[in-house]
Amino acid sequence: MKKKFKLEDLDCANCAAKMEAAIKEIPGVINASVNFLAQKMMIEADDDKFDDIVKKAAECISKVEPDCKVVF
Amino acid sequence: MSKRQKTSLMRIIITAAMFFPLLVAEHMGRMDSMPRWAMLIIFLIPYVIIGYDVVKKAFINISHGQVFDENFLMMVATFGALAVSEYSEAVAVMLFYQVGELFQSYAVDKSRQSISAMMDMVPEYANLETEEGLAEVDPDDVEIGSIVVIKPGEKVPLDGVVIEGESMLDTSALTGESVPRRIKEGEEIFSGCINGNGTLRVRTSKEFDDSTVARILELVENAGDKKARVENFITRFAKYYTPIVTLSALALAVIGPVVTIISQSSVKAQALSTVAASLAASGEIKNIISNWLLRACTFLVVSCPCALVISVPLGFFGGIGAASKKGILVKGSNYLELVSKVDTVVFDKTGTLTKGEFKVKRIIADTKAMKDLKTVGSSADDVELAILDIAAHAESYSTHPIAMSIIEAYRERTGERSEALLDSSRVENAHEDAGHGVDVRVDGRMVTIGNGKHLEKHGIKYEPCDENGTIVYVAIDDIYAGAIVISDTVKDGVKDAITGMKQAGVTRCVMLTGDRRPAAEYTARDLNIDDYYSDLLPQDKVIKVEELLTKEQEGRYLAFVGDGINDAPVLARADVGFAMGSMGSDAAIEAADIVLMDDDLGKIASVISISRRTMGIVKQNIVFAISVKILVLVLSAFGFANMWAAVFADVGVAVLAILNSMRTLKN
Repeated sequence: MKKKFKLEDLDCANCAAKMEAAIKEIPGVINASVNFLAQKMMIEADDDKFDDIVKKAAECISKVEPDCKVVF
Repeated sequence: MSKRQKTSLMRIIITAAMFFPLLVAEHMGRMDSMPRWAMLIIFLIPYVIIGYDVVKKAFINISHGQVFDENFLMMVATFGALAVSEYSEAVAVMLFYQVGELFQSYAVDKSRQSISAMMDMVPEYANLETEEGLAEVDPDDVEIGSIVVIKPGEKVPLDGVVIEGESMLDTSALTGESVPRRIKEGEEIFSGCINGNGTLRVRTSKEFDDSTVARILELVENAGDKKARVENFITRFAKYYTPIVTLSALALAVIGPVVTIISQSSVKAQALSTVAASLAASGEIKNIISNWLLRACTFLVVSCPCALVISVPLGFFGGIGAASKKGILVKGSNYLELVSKVDTVVFDKTGTLTKGEFKVKRIIADTKAMKDLKTVGSSADDVELAILDIAAHAESYSTHPIAMSIIEAYRERTGERSEALLDSSRVENAHEDAGHGVDVRVDGRMVTIGNGKHLEKHGIKYEPCDENGTIVYVAIDDIYAGAIVISDTVKDGVKDAITGMKQAGVTRCVMLTGDRRPAAEYTARDLNIDDYYSDLLPQDKVIKVEELLTKEQEGRYLAFVGDGINDAPVLARADVGFAMGSMGSDAAIEAADIVLMDDDLGKIASVISISRRTMGIVKQNIVFAISVKILVLVLSAFGFANMWAAVFADVGVAVLAILNSMRTLKN
């Protein structure tokens, strides 16, 4: 499954790159991208664990930038 | 400005209002008599106001195992400055860092907005026809086959076919073309266009997610995911740059004082221990250490690669935005980078350089042969009609444009409008040899129809015709009976477009075609095309492009331009694949790297110049940012640059680079 999420208050380009790297490390993630300019995150992952993975991705994001939030 | 940006601006104003009087007082010597602790407290107030969130974030990130981020570096640098009693520097670094951050976020928002304004074609609603009348619904909820009504001035919400009404359509959001297009019943309509003064009823043919507007937006948004080589270079650079500068700062703080002491001992020709002891006794050692510590802190301020990390993608974003404003969709920053170095452009002839509308221009009949074959009436015109009659029937099963043109000509000559024009009972055993011709029985006679090669294969002698166009030879019972000359018209503006490309730096234009050599030569010469390859079958085109690719010089690229209908493999194989006239054609949008929404070849020159400009701006930023940073690093290592210079190297450069990047948005 492939899904896109909007990110709020993603303020630094460097952080976006860090988030992307961190999300790609989550087990079950096939592909992920964090687009700083579009303020969007794309996650492609296994269907059965998808919700779980999205939760973990949101954690990765707030770890890198505490202010940044995923809009579900 | 967002709420966060406003709060940040307020903090900057308050801090600046407190800080500048302090700075002036300090420089006028009014604070010289003040004890250290009092100075610290006075300067700590603005420091906390402006920098508390940076320090907070630094600690949070350390607890998450994220060291070396900009917050941490700023914290260490300013703490260092405070420790060596450079209070105003500490506040200034924090203040300007925040100014830079605010500016960055504002600039990014701005370019984001101007691009979304450019792409302002997303329909907010659709007027769905229901049993209870018109209902305003989300375009997402409209099913395929529904009927929507588009009122004057409204955006077309979904792709579909007009079933009632007539209007002028403004397609500029999609194609960049400002002249409105007339649309009437039975024609296809694409979402994202703006309706003129007529009301249209449209039967939708796609869901919103698959419609033109949604696909285009997705393409532009995803363009950032395909990174250009320079972008990857910057990512790698940033990865090493920050740790290296930070470690050098550490080295300066530790090794610097040692080096100073050693050098002093050699100057004074005294033992190391004696010098150290006397320096310690006089309190001089403290000055040496704080001097080096300050230099180390200066390093840390310069250690953030922000200027590059943000301005480079922003530059590409702007370039892609500027292109989409003109109806050119670039599917990734990498393609923008490649296009700037294209020197060879290969065109597919039919549908790209020419309209692909074939028309029978002339019929040549071998009257003697026809008489011998006893298929004719008396006048010359009838002989021609007889040839056309046989050819039309022979080609009746083919959907090839050439075949269609023969059938169309037959329709015109006979004046027959009905569908039952061709009598299929006269045709049997049709066998098509793709790209060459057809063997078929018509009225029980063996008809061989096709190009010269096709007749040669059957050992049929014929009179080669060298007129410009595609020649279809007709043989009946293995005897040459005549030929049909079919020609295609060159599109408007192709010649100018090729001149434009040459001016934009393309050195070689090549045409690929299935036409025979004389026809190909004629077209190539007419259009100022440098080179052409004729008599190609569809699969030969990939081979030819591969051949041309091997001839490309290192660092130079080849672009292929096609209509995306049957040249998808070639589009994929070329360094950059251009598909044109793609509005509404999913296959073309899928296969190409750069999509021209309308038919205007002149846009290739536009995209080349946009890409050159973008690359120029990106390179200026890289060179400028890296050289200023290195200069300040070197100067500060030797004590020639203070923290103010470092703040400029960090924030000032970032601001200038961003401003420069925003220029890519403009044409």
